Amino acid sequence: MSGVVTLKINGQDIGAHDEESILQAALDNGIEIPTLCDLPGLSRIGACRLCLVEIAGNSNLVPACITPVQEDMVVTTDSERLQAYRRTIVELLFAEGNHVCSVCVSNGACELQDLAETLGIDHLRLPGLHPAREVDASHERFILDHNRCVLCTRCVRVCDEVEGAHTWDVTARGIESQIIADLNVAWGDSESCTGCNKCVQVCPTGALVDKGRSVGEMRRRREFLPYLTMMRKENGK
Amino acid sequence: MTRAKLATVWLDGCSGCHMSFLDIDERLLALAESIELVYSPLVDNKVFPDDVDVTLVEGSVSNQDDLDKIRHIRQRTRLLVSLGDCAVMGNVPALRNTIGGDAVLRRVYLAPDLTNPAIPTAGVPSLLPEVLPVHRVVKVDVFIPGCPPSAEVIFYAVGELLAGRQPDLTDKTRFGA
Repeated sequence: MSGVVTLKINGQDIGAHDEESILQAALDNGIEIPTLCDLPGLSRIGACRLCLVEIAGNSNLVPACITPVQEDMVVTTDSERLQAYRRTIVELLFAEGNHVCSVCVSNGACELQDLAETLGIDHLRLPGLHPAREVDASHERFILDHNRCVLCTRCVRVCDEVEGAHTWDVTARGIESQIIADLNVAWGDSESCTGCNKCVQVCPTGALVDKGRSVGEMRRRREFLPYLTMMRKENGK
Repeated sequence: MTRAKLATVWLDGCSGCHMSFLDIDERLLALAESIELVYSPLVDNKVFPDDVDVTLVEGSVSNQDDLDKIRHIRQRTRLLVSLGDCAVMGNVPALRNTIGGDAVLRRVYLAPDLTNPAIPTAGVPSLLPEVLPVHRVVKVDVFIPGCPPSAEVIFYAVGELLAGRQPDLTDKTRFGA
């Protein structure tokens, strides 16, 4: 049974379906919450923690994308505390990978770069780890650069949920974690990859890109995704 | 009227930030009336003065010479500005951090097809094991990201600093800009 609940977000009275997430309710009412792993048309997993919000009466911060709305909930999406956490998260992402905006194909069209800008990050307080990571250029048309991957798993989800191939997955833990094709083979040797390029279209950074692009030349096309998801659902019913 | 003492220094960078500074164009003339450029790759002064008001630092700290220089400069500067992504982040020079300075030297100077392979030591400063952003070595007062930061941003920031204000760079520049 689905019903309608009323709640407050940033002091604004809002009505939402009770199965909706706080993020969805906020978006539907023109309230912006920063996100990175979220993308309309894909399942929500609460991986990046950028959408953390405050809920009155709860000392813990909760990820807005996977927390359902509740009757009389009082949500704050922006505060000094939240800003501090969001800045730290983005700084950690920069420090953990090798993100060099100036020479990246996605310069000017990168969600990590945009987040740094909107959060006012003008330097990293943490030392960069500069891990030695690989670039997989074995595919005929695309490149996977692990240096620029933030492990949002959009590629994993779009490949599984929309394309139905489940070529991508994540291996290992902590700083060793990385995206792999099939059972950790070179992308070009993957038997399940259909070459559909949906993963390339959804990548927020310069980790999955078209081959042959130079600095700042990468652009994505994502408008198809919510429609594709909607059509698949309707056909399935 | 006493003019503010401005210095600019070029560590491990491509000089692009200095080029962008020069791109301020004719407004440099107006700027020149309120400042005295006391040390810079653009002027002939070989000694860094003792009491500089604002120093713009281009480039990362990559070798022993960069390190000595920036420590020396910090002690003699009121406001130290990290200008551009190399100073702020390490940027392109820091690409070598994934393999380390020694590996880079071996790769370049001991390549098997060279006629006289040898790592140079005389007359060149030794590389630091890791390329560092300026604020990892000395205190930095203002950060101006960008590769390079636009002339507009540099002009604005320098103007604010000379007026005694902290420049607000929100929405004006970014990493890689």
